[in-house]
Amino acid sequence: MTGFVLRRLGAALLVLLALSAVVYALFYLAPGDPARLACGERCNPQQIAQVREQLGLNDSVPTQYLRFLQGVLAGRDYSGGAGLVLHCDAPCLGFSYQNDRQVTELLLERLPATFSLALGALVIWLVIGVGTGLLSAVRRGGLTERLLTVVTLAATGTPVFILGLLLLMAVCAYLRWLPFPTYVPFGDDPEQWAWNLLLPWVTLGFFESAKYARLTRSSTLETLAEDHIRTFRAYGVGERALVTRHAVRGAVAPVIALSAVDFGTMIGGAVLTESLFGIPGLGKTLIDGVRVVDLPVVVGVVLTIGTAVVIAGAVADLLYAVADRRVALA
Amino acid sequence: MTEPLVDAVDLVVDFPVGAPGEYLRAVDGLSFTLEPGRALALVGESGSGKSTVAAALLGLHRGTGARLGGTVRVGGTDVGSADAGELRRLRGGVAAMVFQDPLSSLDPYHAIGDQIAEVYRIHTTATRRAARARAVEVLDRVGIPDAARRARSRPHEFSGGMRQRALIAMALACEPRLLIADEPTTALDVTVQAQILDLLHGLREERGLGLLLVTHDVGVAAGSVDDLLVMRGGAAVERGPVDRVLSAPRAPYTRELLAAVPRLDGPRTPRPRPATDADEPVVEAFRLRREFGRGKRRVLAVGGPDRAEGVSLAVRRGETLGIVGESGSGKSTLGRMLVGLLEPGSGRIHHEGRETAGIAPGAQMVFQDPVSSLNPRRSVGESIADPLRAAGQRDEAAIRARVEELLTRVGLEPGHYDRYPHEFSGGQRQRVGIARALAPQPSLIVCDEPVSALDVTTQAQVTALLAELQRELGIALVFIAHDLAVVRQVSDRVAVMRGGLIVEEGPVDEVYDRPAHPYTRRLLDAVPALDPGLAARRRSARQEAFA
Repeated sequence: MTGFVLRRLGAALLVLLALSAVVYALFYLAPGDPARLACGERCNPQQIAQVREQLGLNDSVPTQYLRFLQGVLAGRDYSGGAGLVLHCDAPCLGFSYQNDRQVTELLLERLPATFSLALGALVIWLVIGVGTGLLSAVRRGGLTERLLTVVTLAATGTPVFILGLLLLMAVCAYLRWLPFPTYVPFGDDPEQWAWNLLLPWVTLGFFESAKYARLTRSSTLETLAEDHIRTFRAYGVGERALVTRHAVRGAVAPVIALSAVDFGTMIGGAVLTESLFGIPGLGKTLIDGVRVVDLPVVVGVVLTIGTAVVIAGAVADLLYAVADRRVALA
Repeated sequence: MTEPLVDAVDLVVDFPVGAPGEYLRAVDGLSFTLEPGRALALVGESGSGKSTVAAALLGLHRGTGARLGGTVRVGGTDVGSADAGELRRLRGGVAAMVFQDPLSSLDPYHAIGDQIAEVYRIHTTATRRAARARAVEVLDRVGIPDAARRARSRPHEFSGGMRQRALIAMALACEPRLLIADEPTTALDVTVQAQILDLLHGLREERGLGLLLVTHDVGVAAGSVDDLLVMRGGAAVERGPVDRVLSAPRAPYTRELLAAVPRLDGPRTPRPRPATDADEPVVEAFRLRREFGRGKRRVLAVGGPDRAEGVSLAVRRGETLGIVGESGSGKSTLGRMLVGLLEPGSGRIHHEGRETAGIAPGAQMVFQDPVSSLNPRRSVGESIADPLRAAGQRDEAAIRARVEELLTRVGLEPGHYDRYPHEFSGGQRQRVGIARALAPQPSLIVCDEPVSALDVTTQAQVTALLAELQRELGIALVFIAHDLAVVRQVSDRVAVMRGGLIVEEGPVDEVYDRPAHPYTRRLLDAVPALDPGLAARRRSARQEAFA
């Protein structure tokens, strides 16, 4: 088992390294001269040359990449011209052209909001999705299943911004059960944090849960058709115990795997929900960065999302191995 | 007179197929009884409905859409009209089922002891702790060594034989009066099979259990039951005491079935003139070794612990070398190396006197599973044409003509070219596999368990075809199988493999009649005999040897 964990983590590190190289290539593939972009509209050629020198853009590409890696791992110094030295602590992702701030700082500021949103949504989709999936698998062919199928199909078919808007209008404008959400950091007031995030959670979680309900239903049905289920049925084990004791274990494996990837992507990808509810998260940062070609910010966000996906994937594999010990042997 | 343990009257089972309202009759008006403490075997080929009957005894068709007719009473309960509670008490409490495939019949996520304890607690009011203790007790009874510790193992940590024992332990847990064993030894090696059958026999004597044994293997039934019920097409063909049915079968189908069963003591079809050492070997292997995996996970598949030990053999024109051995003995790995599908770890292979590496042009292979070794999305004609195209043949008309000729040659029709694998029976599919191997006019064909997935009557036809082709074309055959009786039928020489090495090799008559190696003797003794008297004598000999 220890060997399996180490191998899995080693693989995750390799993936991150490869990802950083690909993302870093953005600097050279994206249109525009990074020095000009960093310097701003009104720079003259001398100033651009100076910025280029400061950012180390005259060095060879591998050297620049290594320096970038060094910045991520150990921090680095930028010469600010005229003997001025700017220090950037590890993990250093460079400076934002537009905000003139360290990208790392910017991201750390935005991360908690996104993380809060994703975590709550994860809980909701697991509870609703797996719950309805199991229920419709057990009651297959019955009225319950048909109703659940209609609801999940409707949820899959409704775009998240429509769902969110409808909820906002109904709950905040019409019924006035909740005020319009504004993001309150968890550290400031946990209760307000939760109340304000409730609608975004429900929106995102409900939207995602449709997919999980379908996945859970099909994998449960598949597991229920396996031979070992037949064994226990032939020994008088009731249908409910068959599902809860024997089928669930096998059926949730794909749910764990997909949840991990979805959670990871959500760290950077819940753009619509974030902008709809005005949550100052990473998704919004990424969109802003892309719009103004703020390359260090884009690279930083993409790398953060990648890291989140890779970590979540590794965690899922480890969970999977705990659930089914044969995995660690393969 | 006491009430029979099982009383089936005019049992009919229909399965829904395709369109609603359309049914396929699996069991067609079967009536039989089984008295308490007696043993009955349902014997038949695939599709005869024998497993369907076994499932019907426990009401397992409920909720599957199957349509049942007639009545089945088990231990006094009418299975058809029993309510859910009665059915659950019946399942495991009165009649317990031992399933076929021990690999997939246990829950992979739970410890084996817990699985048995769970079943025990359903039928008793035992506490969790008492149920665990009971699980250890039954595991110990079925011969799991160190049962208290092994009860915490998961199924993947058990060997196939141990898993089968665990399934039997589960069946015993609630002291049922009837064991229903559905092909309990089909996935096991012969020596393990003999142990499991001995175990079932011992349990029956010890506890007075009734046994309903479902099997395709007449030999397995011969040594294990009192009565035999031969089934075909969902109906009974013949029923009677096992020695009477086996020695004097009345129904023509029973006679046909028994005649097709390969026997260790039956007459051998004469083989053509044996090859002599003067002939140049078609394939010759020198000290082959092969390992899988790396580092700590390295497993030796072929070869001995000493690095110099490997497998050497030679097969001449027109000759058949049988290779027998239990699972994991390395026989398939060896076969794959002989045709160049696997690179040997070390050692050399000569085809027609020349050293070869990689796929040898003159060597072809016939695989075990005729279902999965043909591409289901391509017509069989195209599959047979593959090796021709691979050899560079481009003339479409010539390819088609050759494939049609091959189809005729293996007993199919030229018109079958455009049909797909699912339209053929298992035996026909294996004929397609043979035609594909013949296409590039090979000098050597390696058959890896070519008939083990087939019914005995089909088996006999396919082995006869192979012998005929060999006689006409002078091909050298390597016939790999776990079934010693089949190998005896088809081979000139036989090699016995164990743990990656050949432990004994020689002409068939010599090896089978005067086995030199103790392992060969053990293998031969474990083969189920068709004679119930002989089976009983062998069983007591094994018990003495064990005691």
